[in-house]
Amino acid sequence: MAPSRDRRPGFSRRAQYSLFLTYILGIAGAVVGGVLLALSTFNPVAFNALRAAVAELTAPPAALLAGAGSQLASVPDAIASHFQVRSENRQLRARLNQARGALLAGRQAQIENARLRRLLVLRDRLPETIAAARIVSTSASSTRRFGLLNAGSFQGVADGQPVTGPEGLIGRVLYVGPDTARVLLITDPESVVPVRRTRDGRPALAAGRGDGLVDVRTIDTADGRFRPGDLFVTSGTGGIFVPGVPVARVLRAGTDSAPARPFARPDSLDVALVHRAFMPPPPAPPAPAPEPSPTPTPEP
Amino acid sequence: MTLPARPLFQEPLPPGRARLLPWASVLAGSLATTLPWNASLGLLPPLGLLLMLAWRLLAPLSLRVWAPALLGLFDDLVSGQPLGSAMLLWTLAFFLVEALEARSGMRDFAQSWAIAAVAIALVLAGGRLFASPLSAYVDGVLVLQIILSVLLFPAAARLVAWIDLKRAR
Repeated sequence: MAPSRDRRPGFSRRAQYSLFLTYILGIAGAVVGGVLLALSTFNPVAFNALRAAVAELTAPPAALLAGAGSQLASVPDAIASHFQVRSENRQLRARLNQARGALLAGRQAQIENARLRRLLVLRDRLPETIAAARIVSTSASSTRRFGLLNAGSFQGVADGQPVTGPEGLIGRVLYVGPDTARVLLITDPESVVPVRRTRDGRPALAAGRGDGLVDVRTIDTADGRFRPGDLFVTSGTGGIFVPGVPVARVLRAGTDSAPARPFARPDSLDVALVHRAFMPPPPAPPAPAPEPSPTPTPEP
Repeated sequence: MTLPARPLFQEPLPPGRARLLPWASVLAGSLATTLPWNASLGLLPPLGLLLMLAWRLLAPLSLRVWAPALLGLFDDLVSGQPLGSAMLLWTLAFFLVEALEARSGMRDFAQSWAIAAVAIALVLAGGRLFASPLSAYVDGVLVLQIILSVLLFPAAARLVAWIDLKRAR
């Protein structure tokens, strides 16, 4: 391709000035972009209303396509499962026989647990489901990991509420629009979830890595190694996540931190439940009303 | 890359629509990230950026110098990057192409592709620096995304050439 000579304005003053102006505007655009970038780096919530408004427009077509896509994607699954059914059936029967004893013990423990809780008059907060909706899209071209949920403040979703899927914890609501909500997935590099190990209740933090895994990190100084296969569930510390939701399984051994694979796979995200924040921070105290100036009460 | 010429006697698009087409195609490319990919990794090439670079390299007058700032603002709003990141980086990529073009004479498509590859790599790496902390394990994914995007550039260029054929007078 020959170099274009069209940008050379010739001797026309008007053409020269207008070309100069486009470059000024271009540089101004870059400067404004830099300022916005600084603003959104130091105050990440600054432009959430704008983003929510745009998400409001992009969510409905994505929701339609997601419905059609999941039905199409289920066809090969259905074919494959048809051929596996017999061998799987045999395996499951064997496993059921093995598990019968454990199930009996578990039932006994559950009943005893309920009795002891009644005895203690423990005040429990039950996880209350606010909305069930689809995750219609994720940030597919960015290094951040966000999801777009097809339910918003009209359905009662609010900032900070935990989002769980059928397999485990998905993330928490970052900001809401009227009909959509942006979800910070647990694999996002900025996400941290307090968890505990199911085996011994050892507390830890599950921090997102950005590559589809989470890092489980120790928070206590006690000696404890992470072993492959360790299961972690939410602990409820911090008051956002409902305790007991499966989060991740450790992949490789580690002492201070170990990579773990989340149970809710972001590439199979489909239906999600939004729960009320486990124990939300108390509302800010109301501003003190101005004292009315004392008026002299007439003596009777 | 030879495309069939417009049939004889077919009218080109009216100038308003002809000026709108590059903008509309780049905005549509940005919107591709809002489709239900349900990806666990950010591997989707930034289609808006690819189309914008293709427009700049194949039809230099189709987008003004101030266009990438507005197009980047829209891309930031839908992509999940911090607001202003694409606005800044796309404009800088535009100026980079401008500078390279001012110093090169005749250019074939391979050279255009190389320029686009440099711009894509710089924009994606800059976006990663702005969006995620340095400790995040996203660099391997980022390299894959850059490779995919560079490989997809000829397709974007082909699409742009096809649209440009309808548009040119």
